[in-house]
Amino acid sequence: MNFLDLINELDSKDLSGESKDRFLNRKQALGKLTNFSKKLAVTALPLGAMAAFSNKAQAQSTTELAGVLNFALTLEYLETEYYQTGLDSGVIPDGTALSVYQGINANEQAHVNFLTDVISNVLGEEPVEKPTFDFTADGAFAPFEDYATFLTLSQAFEDTGVRAYKGQAGAVQGNDLVLTRALQIHSVEARHASRVRELRGLQGWISGGPGDQKVPEAAQAVYKGAIPETNTTQVVDVNATLSGDGDVDSGDVAEAWDEPLTMDEVLAIGGLFIVDNN
Amino acid sequence: MSNSRNEKNNGKETKLSSGSPFSRRKFLQYAGASAVAATTFGLVSCDSEDTPPVGPEPMPDAVNLGTGDVGVLNYAYALEQLEAAFYIMATDQNSWMSNGDGAIFEEIRDHEIAHRDWFGAVIAQVAGEDARIPGLTPNFESIDFSDRNSVLSTAQLLEDTGVSAYNGAGHLIENTDYLLQAGKIVSVEARHASSIRNLINPGSFYSEIQADTGLDVAVSPANVLSAAGGFIDNEIDASGLPQPADVYL
Repeated sequence: MNFLDLINELDSKDLSGESKDRFLNRKQALGKLTNFSKKLAVTALPLGAMAAFSNKAQAQSTTELAGVLNFALTLEYLETEYYQTGLDSGVIPDGTALSVYQGINANEQAHVNFLTDVISNVLGEEPVEKPTFDFTADGAFAPFEDYATFLTLSQAFEDTGVRAYKGQAGAVQGNDLVLTRALQIHSVEARHASRVRELRGLQGWISGGPGDQKVPEAAQAVYKGAIPETNTTQVVDVNATLSGDGDVDSGDVAEAWDEPLTMDEVLAIGGLFIVDNN
Repeated sequence: MSNSRNEKNNGKETKLSSGSPFSRRKFLQYAGASAVAATTFGLVSCDSEDTPPVGPEPMPDAVNLGTGDVGVLNYAYALEQLEAAFYIMATDQNSWMSNGDGAIFEEIRDHEIAHRDWFGAVIAQVAGEDARIPGLTPNFESIDFSDRNSVLSTAQLLEDTGVSAYNGAGHLIENTDYLLQAGKIVSVEARHASSIRNLINPGSFYSEIQADTGLDVAVSPANVLSAAGGFIDNEIDASGLPQPADVYL
């Protein structure tokens, strides 16, 4: 299924109650499980059939959940192909950087496998296919020939990934398992982002504005959005809550809270590198 | 003994703790101090109102986290208090530091102070001052603040614990705004964890991540408080928190 079609379908379809039976028919689903999804689904067994749905007012249908996970899967496809191509190209120097990227690539590949498995075998929905990527963004970048560019885009992808997962937290809140697994991927992306930023001589957290992230202007949308990374209002003005301990200024406050991106904002960024939704 | 008391009163936790990657044994391995072992677990069971706590020493009045979302916010507030206190201590007693450690620790300290102060203000605003837990008394006797290894391994433990705690408590939150706030904070804790690991051993950012799934750790409040309790003198009553679903690997 085309990824963008799927998003459109989510917008237009009345999904209430739809597919619930398929999710709850776990006996059938469990028969098809691989090791990955067993880890998700087996933990659901002791619960009452409705438990995963009934504890939150805004429970989402399996189709809605699969839409979010397919969105995540698309990002993981992007990261995996980027890192695998980078490792194959020899652009990454031996030593610490190489071991860091081997580790990151292994995590991203595992995320692809995990999400694919959950979408098809636990939710009973159809995983999106891998899009065709162009990491030169039509000739603008040469990440597999120039290591500095490789690092730059890597940082942009990881910081985007953190913000993308965060932006979907509310959309999967109705399902305890899906929410928890998404959080467990989200923090891995943040670990990656921090490590990549430090490889570039930046701090692991997002310090300063879009122009301070050592990315070209075309990639600065990664740090902007409806709620930019410089935001310091978290329900209340955080600066007004400070006790005076330490040496906390408004910049520290902005660093201490990461911010979400909406699905549309993420797709606009990812769209620079997607030439075709297969 | 307090551990078995908790398990007896919470069958779900018994099963989960046995398979949890974040075990008390592992915690002790990190912290490696008898002071921790001698400290009670800092948890009281569900029937504590009827039965006096059975600990190795008399407890001061337990700090009750409360119920529902406010309980979860207090839980996070407790952990942020612990982290802030640790980094304040580690930047005051800084003889352990070598090249570059200070800049990173001062930044992380300021982040954790901001988290702590914000939680305190928000809890008081949404639930009233009476609902907010008091300032806790940290206990860092087990840490040698002249030894870089001791400080860094504790920092790693606290950051990884923070990540696993937020990941494990996200589904307990009802209010979507609070869930988003937790999401905004947990990724910064994960950035800290990665940065601390880089100080210890470059390239080791992912050692907590499960290889086959690429998932980070998620741990129940009961198990987090069991593990972190050694760093807090107060006994913490988490019995009012929402019951976790069976989501822990």
